[in-house]
Amino acid sequence: MSEFEPKIVAFVCNWCTYAGADLTGTSRIKYATNVKIVRFPCTGRIDFMLLLKAFGEGADGIIISGCHPNDCHYTSGNFHARRRWVMFRGLMNFMGIDTRRVQFSWVSAAEGAKWAEIVNTTVDEVRELGPYTDYKKVADYLETEVTNG
Amino acid sequence: MVDVKKKAAELLSSEAVKVIIGYTEGTGGKPRAAFIQNVADVEKLIFNSQCVMNLAVYLTKAEIKKLGKPAIVAPVNVLRAIIQLAFEVQIQESDIVVLGITPDEKLVEFQSFAAIESYLEDFKMELDAKEKETLAKISGMSLEERWAYWTEELSECFKCYACRAACPMCYCHKCAVEQNKPQWIPVAAHQLGNMEWHIMRAMHLAGRCVNCDACHNACPKGINLNFLTKLMLADAQEQLGYTGPTLKEGNLLSTYNPNDQENFIK
Repeated sequence: MSEFEPKIVAFVCNWCTYAGADLTGTSRIKYATNVKIVRFPCTGRIDFMLLLKAFGEGADGIIISGCHPNDCHYTSGNFHARRRWVMFRGLMNFMGIDTRRVQFSWVSAAEGAKWAEIVNTTVDEVRELGPYTDYKKVADYLETEVTNG
Repeated sequence: MVDVKKKAAELLSSEAVKVIIGYTEGTGGKPRAAFIQNVADVEKLIFNSQCVMNLAVYLTKAEIKKLGKPAIVAPVNVLRAIIQLAFEVQIQESDIVVLGITPDEKLVEFQSFAAIESYLEDFKMELDAKEKETLAKISGMSLEERWAYWTEELSECFKCYACRAACPMCYCHKCAVEQNKPQWIPVAAHQLGNMEWHIMRAMHLAGRCVNCDACHNACPKGINLNFLTKLMLADAQEQLGYTGPTLKEGNLLSTYNPNDQENFIK
């Protein structure tokens, strides 16, 4: 059996990290291909339920990334997001959802190299942790069990 | 209780209010909510340590609003909910009369929401030793144990949403749990649906929950779901300096401080 390749979902903001990831490409920096990027208008727009959905759909790790503080295109979206993640991380941890699999970062449009590094280290860390089966197992009933007749 | 009843009768007979929301004798020795519209029925009002339901939940219900202006019998947990609802512009000062009640059944009258707020300063919203102990017990488990604990605990849930109905802060006419485009929360009372429902409930109550335990008391299965919101409260106090419902500052998650901690962000 081949080595486990983690599936990583990245929720990123349009203005900084998405542009930063673009720069990684145009700068011809190579990085792990495990990551699937989902573009959002702003980190403030990333609902916590999306993280659960990603885990339920089989993600092994998640990256959330947006503009540095004070750089938000909408002035304060990332500040709001940061508060939300403070609370949500605590709750995930309390409920036994593995927060080591969720990486938060600030990556600006000029930080192509930082994006590559974030992805690479996250992929390595999650590869170390192995597949995330706890949440998937719970979510799998949607496919494996017949409900409501 | 005498002065509360007297005031209630006064308000009703002068038609200052149309209904008194209070506690009355229920079945099985458990108090229930009473909606008193006649002066003669004021005698049915009771108050004791078992009156744990949060009556503020009725202030936002259309069926109760229809009865006319209410006066509400309000122990501390109801007062907190009133402040939070007022901050969220769900109730106006002119819409209700608040009959504060102390644990020894004395009437406390309030002329304004600001007066309630300053009264509440003597009752800091903090977790007691027993609650802290339970939180520490769960937090002290390993990751796998915590996951097992909550999947086990929440497996009892059959999604009756009594917790939502009993919660004064869950007043949305259209709850995200009933959204089906997209379907955020699976409908079936299966592990996934239960887990995600309770996570969502806790998150939507972060910084809004008044820690009245109405959800837990309403739960037919006695699930410890109130400890999810208690954790949010403890975290908010510890990490974001949250102190409790107030008329002045924004909601915990609709405001921010540029210096909020970010040691977990790369």
